[in-house]
Amino acid sequence: MSPLLEVSELSSGYGDFRALYDISITVNEGETLAVIGANGAGKTTLLRAITGLVPTWSGSIRFDGQNLLSVPAHRRVAEGITMVPEGRLLFPSLNVRENLLVGGHGRRPGPWTVERVVEVFPLLAPLLGRPSAVLSGGEQQAVAIGRALMANPRLILLDEVSLGLAPVVVRQLYAALPQITAHGATALVVEQDIGQAMSVADQVVCLLEGRVSLEGPSAGLDRADITAAYFGMGHRTEAGSNEGQG
Amino acid sequence: MEWVNAIVQGILLGGLFALFATGLSLAFGVMRFVNLAHGDLAILAAFLAVSFSATLEVNPFVTMALVVPIMALGGYVIQRFGFNWSIGTDPLPSILVTFGLAVVIQNALLERYSADSQGLDIGTFETRSIEFTDDIAVGWFPVLILGVAVVVLVGLQLFLSFTRMGRAFRATADDPSTARLMGINDRNIYAVVMAIAFATVAVAGLFLGIRQTFGPTDGPAQLIFAFEAVVIGGLGSLWGTLLGGIILGVAQTVGNQVDVEFNVLSGPLFGHLIFLVVLAVRPSGLLGRGRG
Ligand SMILES: Nc1ncnc2c1ncn2[C@@H]1O[C@H](COP(=O)(O)OP(=O)(O)OP(=O)(O)O)[C@@H](O)[C@H]1O
Ligand SMILES: [Mg+2]
Repeated sequence: MSPLLEVSELSSGYGDFRALYDISITVNEGETLAVIGANGAGKTTLLRAITGLVPTWSGSIRFDGQNLLSVPAHRRVAEGITMVPEGRLLFPSLNVRENLLVGGHGRRPGPWTVERVVEVFPLLAPLLGRPSAVLSGGEQQAVAIGRALMANPRLILLDEVSLGLAPVVVRQLYAALPQITAHGATALVVEQDIGQAMSVADQVVCLLEGRVSLEGPSAGLDRADITAAYFGMGHRTEAGSNEGQG
Repeated sequence: MEWVNAIVQGILLGGLFALFATGLSLAFGVMRFVNLAHGDLAILAAFLAVSFSATLEVNPFVTMALVVPIMALGGYVIQRFGFNWSIGTDPLPSILVTFGLAVVIQNALLERYSADSQGLDIGTFETRSIEFTDDIAVGWFPVLILGVAVVVLVGLQLFLSFTRMGRAFRATADDPSTARLMGINDRNIYAVVMAIAFATVAVAGLFLGIRQTFGPTDGPAQLIFAFEAVVIGGLGSLWGTLLGGIILGVAQTVGNQVDVEFNVLSGPLFGHLIFLVVLAVRPSGLLGRGRG
């Protein structure tokens, strides 16, 4: 398996504030990677750096062998990177169908159409003409995922799909993941919910205060180690003892 | 009957106001950008028409085919390589930058054309009219202006509603950084918006120059009317801009009629009053969305 995404020694942040310290992760084509971590660990910042929404301070991001450093955010989509942003961020002036269509703005060729998205999320069928703002949280999340799929991604970044949703809805949404990967997209999933992450991922990376505190195949990781890396309790972590440093 | 005539003339005048306001409304709607040089750009376009029609010896109408594309290109370039730097959550930089541009345009026009008033003469079409009754006559030229305004605004609205690019405009207006995630180049969208704004205000400037004489410092007054039309109709709504232009036009002509009959008020003053009333009663404008 060749690495689809290779992040090495990535540092990034906001203004003077450094949120990521020399992060290195690899996502292989066809493998699902889960990034877990507590509030403020830097998960969203990592995804935003990969999509180009926050600048890379140092280090490199390679996608399918190509260095993305000089590629602006809107052209990374054309390369096949797409994101379901935290908080969904649908466009309120657009109805559901338009939100899906705008996801395909770049006209990257591939299998996804509005019809196929509706096949994966049948609950959207009666909602296509509705303004996106009147939908329930789960419906909005389905639109957000569908919108990302419309870009025909090779890599789809999902940021806390489960945020604020009932467990039964979360299960429904994650049930679509195999169909998504079957259409050729590799998934990188960010979750705070460790159990959810472990159940969908082949590989797991845990972030703690902007650093990788644990990584490995999800099947081979010990639950206690994960908890320690997640909360930074010193056990088998690199950054756990510097609590409060930033 | 004078009153009916005043209203009819006001509706027609409203077409010109709406055309002036189109670019202002679009730029504000898509990128929260207020261009204080908007009126001066109209005057600039009218002066360009003066020069072209003199050197090429053609009817000022014909120069539109040159002036409008030139202005559109200018709008694209100035936004892409200038104004884009000043776009952000804080409106102050854009206000300062475009105020500077307004001053530059006014001084350049004074330098090149002197302070004398100019006019654009298109021949007899300007004065031809259809008489409905003894009191109500409708000029072909004002009808043309209103027609162009309606076509431009309806066309833009349809473009925004039903095309791929229009969808990208609306997405960018909602949330530029998420729009980037869709593969939309927001900087390019802003430049296209400014190109449309410059093109429409150029048309308005030419029409103004045909209707009346104009001088290098007439821009700010036109900006005020355009601004009032946008606010009356509702910020960010193109239908509202058309409506706002027409209301302002009617207010002015009815105000003039009041002035004639009762010797109080005056056209523009009545228009400003309507503007203030709308601002006080419905700050989001008649068709404004009143964003939360
Ligand atoms: N726009 C911003 N400006 C300044 N600092 C920010 C901004 N966004 C995030 N941060 C800071 O960067 C750090 C990492 O935040 P990030 O959003 O990446 O964390 P996260 O792991 O996604 O957290 P959560 O699970 O709450 O979504 C935090 O300390 C946060 O306060
Ligand atoms: Mg986050």
